[in-house]
Amino acid sequence: MIETKNINFYYGNFHALKNISMQMETHTVTAFIGPSGCGKSTFLRLFNRMNDLIANTRLTGECLIDGKNIYEKSIQVDELRKKVGMVFQKPNPFPKSIFENVAYGLRVNGVSKQSFIARRVEESLRAAALWEEVKDKLKKSAFELSGGQQQRLCIARALAISPSILLMDEPASALDPISTSKIEELIYLLKKEYTIVIVTHNMQQAARISDKTGFFMLGELVEFNDTKKMFLNPEKEQTQNYITGRFG
Amino acid sequence: MVLRLNRNPGILSPILNNFVTLFFLFCNIKGLILQRKKLRNFREQEFMDKKIKQKIAFGFFRALSLLVVGILFWILGFIIYNGIGVISWEFLTTAPTDGMTAGGIFPAIVGTFCLIAGSIVFAFPVGLMSGIYISEYAGNGWIIKFIRIMTNNLGSIPSIVFGLFGMALFVNTFGFGDSIIAGSLTLGLLILPLIIRTTEEALKAIPGSYRTGSLALGASRLQTVTRVVLPVAFPNIMTGLILAVGRVSGETAPILFTVAAYFLPKLPSGIFDQVMALPYHLYVIATSGTDIEASRPIAYGTALVLIIIVLLMNLLATVLRRYFGKRVKIN
Repeated sequence: MIETKNINFYYGNFHALKNISMQMETHTVTAFIGPSGCGKSTFLRLFNRMNDLIANTRLTGECLIDGKNIYEKSIQVDELRKKVGMVFQKPNPFPKSIFENVAYGLRVNGVSKQSFIARRVEESLRAAALWEEVKDKLKKSAFELSGGQQQRLCIARALAISPSILLMDEPASALDPISTSKIEELIYLLKKEYTIVIVTHNMQQAARISDKTGFFMLGELVEFNDTKKMFLNPEKEQTQNYITGRFG
Repeated sequence: MVLRLNRNPGILSPILNNFVTLFFLFCNIKGLILQRKKLRNFREQEFMDKKIKQKIAFGFFRALSLLVVGILFWILGFIIYNGIGVISWEFLTTAPTDGMTAGGIFPAIVGTFCLIAGSIVFAFPVGLMSGIYISEYAGNGWIIKFIRIMTNNLGSIPSIVFGLFGMALFVNTFGFGDSIIAGSLTLGLLILPLIIRTTEEALKAIPGSYRTGSLALGASRLQTVTRVVLPVAFPNIMTGLILAVGRVSGETAPILFTVAAYFLPKLPSGIFDQVMALPYHLYVIATSGTDIEASRPIAYGTALVLIIIVLLMNLLATVLRRYFGKRVKIN
């Protein structure tokens, strides 16, 4: 379970996230929607501390995963990122073979047993619904795959180290409709074993795949509710306006 | 004589003449076209004018770039023409004799290779690690700005100053004497900025998405650099090394006071021995040999060997680069 309490985040003097408190349940899909620059991606990157890489940022408040504040000094960022996997907007496979891409996370985390790695690579590729397409060309460069396949490879790569949470930052925005629907099906399947948080620009997508939806605007969490309620009968007028396309 | 080659106006003038003629020719063509154009309507005129201007401009640029290549070939041809005659197996494998007016240049070849190897052994790891630190780890604070400015400054110091510094530090203070190690360290210092900068640039060219992808999987920054970033950047880092090797094999000033021997027909037996080196040998027999006229063919031969060594190094590095490039993609 992910829980945030009074999160405030600053890029230099820019107040990017304003007092955000919310809870995300285990084995659910939570979608963040909102206009560009509203802070939804920034919020997502808090959970695996990717914002640490950006200079001159500041955070106040608490971000708890399974009850532990991940911004405490005792937390090892490497360990955290093993538990909280991430898939990025643009597919970013490494310039290595398909096999090595999936094995990478295991190798950097100290796994050296070949038979285990091979088994885990297959499991991950199956879980990412890519195994049948690539099983005969595992040694080939990952760049030979199509964009949609590359993105599923990146999902497999994230799954290989057995995270419990999967963060997805607009994972389908660079893909064609068919690849997008494959990714969406995949998210539906993965929900059984992982807690998924997804940022999306596409409201239909949020409506299709998520259990709960959070609507962000100008750094504030305007509304956070069950997806059905959110899209059928939102509580806030701003949400209604955004969803019906009156702005954004 | 190689040193005189640049000062001789007689050799350059035909090319300069051609160049001037070419330019006037372009001007004439333009004049003719302007006359013809008056017959056409305005819009077409404008369009044609643009196209022709472009053609003339690019024709001019092309002529200039061809001129550069032409000069290069001309220098190469000049040296090959004058030097090929003395090149023989014996020339490459024996020591100079008769006051360096006869015999070969074997000790100088060996010496140059020693200096290349020595300076690379010293400068490559240091430069590589500094480049990695600057590009991947240091961020953008004042320390890093200071380091960057200082490395750039280091790169613009004249090589003779490096020679004097090397003599003061390595030869005298450290007590290495005139030796391969003193010369290699001096040359190493000289090429260090070059290696640091090319490493830095090669790493900077790698997309940030590789790094974030790797870090998001729980890899440390060091693992990210060694396993993802460096393998991709390696071919370009090799380019920096190629440039460095070219520089080392041709430099004379830094080895003048630190390693180079005027005449030393025997081979070095360790890193504390002096050696002869090709560029210095060339300088000696062209300016202060026992009989400059008699050793002139040997000077051309030496220049040719030096050029061939540099070209072979480039070739080797290109092959290595291709190999690494392929390996990176597949693995």
